[in-house]
Parts: sequence; structure tokens; C-alpha cells
Amino acid sequence: MAEVSVRKVVKAYEGNVQAVKGIDLEIADHEFVVLVGPSGCGKSTTLRMIAGLEEITSGEIAIGGTVVNDIPPRDRDIAMVFQNYALYPHMSVYENMAFGLTLRKFPKEEIARRVNNAARILDIETLLERKPKALSGGQRQRVAMGRAIVRDPKVFLFDEPLSNLDAKLRVQMRTEIKKVHQTVRTTTVYVTHDQVEAMTLADRVVVMNHGVIEQVGPPQELYHHPKTRFVAGFIGSPAMNFFPARVENGSGALRVLLPNNIVLPVPADRTARYQGAAGREVIFGIRPEHLTEPKNLDRDNISVFEVTPEVIEPMGMETLVHFWMQGAEICARIDPTTPAEPGRPMELAADLNHMHLIDTESGRVL
Amino acid sequence: MVADGSHATGGMASRGRGRANAMQRFARRRSTIAFLMTLPLLSIIVGLVAYPAAYAIYLSTLNRRMTAFAGTLNFELLFESDTFWMVAFQSCFFAVTAVLLKASIGFWLAHMLHHIPDKGQRKWRGMLLVPWVIPPALSTLGWWWMFDPSYSSINWLLSVISVPEVPWLGHHWWARIAIIMVNVWIGAPFFMIMYLAALKSVPEQLYEAAMIDGASSFQRLRYVTLPMMANIISITVLFSLIVTFANYDIVRVLTNGGPRDLTHVFASYAFQVGILSGNIPRGAAVSLFMFPILALCAFFVLRSVTRRNKEQM
Repeated sequence: MAEVSVRKVVKAYEGNVQAVKGIDLEIADHEFVVLVGPSGCGKSTTLRMIAGLEEITSGEIAIGGTVVNDIPPRDRDIAMVFQNYALYPHMSVYENMAFGLTLRKFPKEEIARRVNNAARILDIETLLERKPKALSGGQRQRVAMGRAIVRDPKVFLFDEPLSNLDAKLRVQMRTEIKKVHQTVRTTTVYVTHDQVEAMTLADRVVVMNHGVIEQVGPPQELYHHPKTRFVAGFIGSPAMNFFPARVENGSGALRVLLPNNIVLPVPADRTARYQGAAGREVIFGIRPEHLTEPKNLDRDNISVFEVTPEVIEPMGMETLVHFWMQGAEICARIDPTTPAEPGRPMELAADLNHMHLIDTESGRVL
Repeated sequence: MVADGSHATGGMASRGRGRANAMQRFARRRSTIAFLMTLPLLSIIVGLVAYPAAYAIYLSTLNRRMTAFAGTLNFELLFESDTFWMVAFQSCFFAVTAVLLKASIGFWLAHMLHHIPDKGQRKWRGMLLVPWVIPPALSTLGWWWMFDPSYSSINWLLSVISVPEVPWLGHHWWARIAIIMVNVWIGAPFFMIMYLAALKSVPEQLYEAAMIDGASSFQRLRYVTLPMMANIISITVLFSLIVTFANYDIVRVLTNGGPRDLTHVFASYAFQVGILSGNIPRGAAVSLFMFPILALCAFFVLRSVTRRNKEQM
């Protein structure tokens, strides 16, 4: 097991297209780090560079303190789980899992011990004689993980391993992966485009966009204190609501002007933070759960206004209310017991303790 | 009357309709349609394969003048003839050596091509396919001229590097090698194109997984490429074995069986005996020998292909 350092790493393709634009990332020993972002953000390329499957254009990657730029994948002591599992179709489950050890000339008994041990952890002991063809998607995924576990490598690399599974199995395997990591504690780098996977699995989440790292942090920090508009919008489902707004210094107190003449007073503890934005256009962001019925919130720092819901989505444990404001679709989250009907005006309150103001030009959260 | 519904009694009309429905149902059944659609192919096979084969068996049981039934006499005479056993050996030696060489060279070429970037690959692929698309009788003539004792360009090239002249078509072992060389030259591109298609169908991630598992490039070839291509390799080898075993034109043009009948294969020997020497029953008997040998090969190859398919697909 080892730590992974990514220093100023750039990946450029022909025609000077940069997929990864000089990223820095330190991954600690035993840590579970998830790289998340939309397609084409460079997350898979970064993972493949760590694996050695892509050459690094410039910069440096170190695993366990050793710079691995010029070390081929087989000597990096890593194991990788691929999106489509990449199991060898002509080998049985046992042979698939044992392949890496056989190539490294491990004694037969040691191979059997490790394979059986991994099979026990993953609950695939009864499948060892089968060929991959005779396995379900979830079982194949387990075998792919087993192949990684038996090697006992320094680092596990996962490249969107759950994307090919159906929704129910995905949730189940997610728990499974977390359980395995808690058992073997191997440093793990996991790539996904699914922010829910990222939030649930990671010790730390790395949000990437357009080849750069937008923010690195524990899931809760990313959720509550996003640093950029991209992170604010990407993390959380349903996504954060954004409105064009304006910060003004009026009658001695700082306030935010929203469309439809809604005026929100800035909470006292944030006045200093937003003072610099006075007189400027900003983006006001608030998560759906902080836009709810007034009775759900403390009386401090809330702002009540009336909206006309267009769509009501009962989710069971909550109800989502969608309405339009100045061309933007806004989502609020209310109690399922609260009566709500499309077209019938209702009162909602914004919890200003959880508001975000974003600089229009830089996209940074103020 | 029954078919004419308006005049028939109710019961008879419905029975008639019932029969018509049964006919329609029969005509509409998938198996019926399938049979009708394969009928043209079946008639071609019967006309061009089954009938000549059966006729050859009939011919092989006649006496030389084809006037009386001779039983297994033709076969017995063949078994006693040294030339026949030489032809049997030469056919097997030629087919096995040529197919192995074609398969290896084709595999090597396919690998080379596979690693050329897509842009340049097409023209190389096209050029390498040329030997395969030229009519073999013509290209063999070209080779014959290159092997010619007086004007051999190959010997001239050898003399440049001080290698003594080779009696290409004059000595029977050199003649056998020359026949194999020409056959390989013509046939290797076919293997190349089949293997190239097979190589392209191996998922890249399997190689990546193997690389991470610690496989060297030779081990990736041994444990990923070859098993993944096993079916294509065996089917191509079987197909080529059949075609090579039954080869006629190269031997006919290059050596005509000579020197001293030592380069004949089954097909050219059957032609020699049956047509040129006018012993049609004996010629038919010679040609019939190819069938059991090839049938046995086909049985084993196809069985292993089916088994692999069941396991992997």
C-alpha cells in the first residue's frame, strides 16, 4: 500500500489538445479518492496515466515515493478494474483471478490461498470453475474486483466500474466496494461520472472539469462549501438552484436583489464576506432543501416569498416542487404531508444561512 | 365442388376451408420458408458436389475400359503402386508445410499491419493482398519464369551474394520447395486478412488488463491474442488445408508433376492418370482418397470450434 502523488501532470494529444491541464493531487496511504466530473473532463485520462496506460506529456506521477513516469504498468504494482470488466473470456473465474499471480511466478499453494480468500471476501466461492460467459453482470464485476484483490497491490484503480450495471445492482455493488475497501484498506483511486457514487464512496472527492481540478475535499465539504459554480451545480441531486442577482448596500445593511423584486437580507455573519461584491451582478445559489416551507426553518435569516408551482413530484420521503422564475426552473423540497398543487400559489422560505453567492465572471463562490 | 363454397353444403365447405388453411399454415411455417429459400443452394450442391462425388465412386468401381464392374480392383492396384504412396506423401507434406507457413507468415503480416496507424494501413493492406487476387495460373507462370534454369532471376540474385545456382525445378526436393513457395506467396494474404480482422475484434481492454496483470508482450500474445483468435485460426487453417490439399494449378503449371512424377499431388496425379493416360476409373479412385483425410480433419477442427463457442460466447 502506498500514497500517490500527481504533480503538474499534463496530457496533450496531437494538435495540442490538452485533456489534462497540469493537475496536482496528493493521495494518502489507505485513502479512497474519487475523481468525478462530466464526460471529457480528464478524469479517466488521469487514472490511465496513473496506471501507465497513457503516457504523461509533462509532470510527474509517483506511487509510494517512486516516480513511475517511465515504469511500465506491470511494474507499477497497481491493479485496475475496468468499466466492462475486461475478464479473459477463455479462462475460468479462478484462472482469471490467478492470472496476474501466475505470471509473477507465485507458488501454486499461495495462489490458491489468495484466490480463495478473495473469493470469500466477494462471495464468489461457488463460481470459481465457471467461465465469465456464465456469470451475471454483478458477478463479473466481483470477479474483476477479485482479480485486483488477489494481487495485493499498492493501489487499486477503478474506471467507472458500475456504469454497466442496472440501478439496483449498482447501489448494491457500491456498498460492496466500500466494504472491500474497509477490509483491505488499499489506497484506491476511483473514477465515475456519478456524483452520488462519488459522495457515498469517497474519503475525498476530486471534482474535475475541462482538464483541471475544480475542488478537492471530503464529500460534506464539497456539498456545503463548494468553491466554484461548477462544483456547486455538479454535486447534489436535484442540483442547486441558480438565479441572477445583485448585491446592494441599502439602508445600512447588505442585501441581495433577486428577480421578481424579491429582496433578501444578507445574514449578519456573512456581511463582511460579501461586502466586496456590493453593487455587482452575482449568481445566487441555493439548494432545494434550503428552499422549503417556512415551518421547517428557524425564524432567523429566512426569507419568505410566494411561488406558483408548475410541477409537483412526490418522492415518498419528500416532495419536489418545480416553479419558474425569470426563465429559470427552480426546484424546492418540501414535506410530503404539505398540500401542494400545480397552479395553486404557496409560500416558500429560503434559508439564507445556506445561500451561496457566485462571482459571475470568475465562477468562484464568494 | 367442395372448393366452390356457394354450392357446397355447410359441412363440406368448412372441411375444404380447413384443408386450405392447413396448406396455408404449412406454407407459412418458418421451416417451410427456410427450405424453399435454401432450395437453390441445395440444388447447386446436389448438382455440382453430390452427383459428381457419387459418380466418381461409381467410376472408381469400373474396369479400365469402363465396360464392367471391377469392385475394389482400382484401389488395390493403387495400394500396390509406389508412385501412389509417393503422391500421398507429397500431398500431405505439401499441404501441411504450405498451410503452416501461410498461417505463420499471415499472422506475422497481420500483426505488422495491425500496428500501422489506420491512415497508412489501407494501402499496405491493398498491396499485400495483390498475390491473392492475381489468377494463380498467371502468377505461377511468372514464378516458373523466375525459376527457369537458364534465365532464373532468383539464381541471379543468389549469385550476387555468391550462393551457388539452385536447380529449382530440376531436382525433386527443390521443385517441392518451389511449389510450396509459390503456394505460400499466393495464400498468405488470405490468412493475413482473416487474422487482421480477428486481431481487430480483440477488445483493447483485455490487453490493458493483461499489461497491468504483468504480462510481457510475448505473454499477451500467448495468453490473450492466441486464445481469442483460436476459432478464426482453426477455421482458416482447416479451410486452407482443404484448398491446398486439393491444389492443382500450381503443380500443373510449375512442374507438371516432374521430375519423374515426384512432385505430383492427388489432384494433379488424378488428372494425369484419369485424363492424360485415359484411365478414368483409376483417376477417380485417386481423387477419392482426398475425401476421408479431409473429412477427419474437418471433424476435429469443427468440434473444437463448437466447444470453444459454447464456453466463451
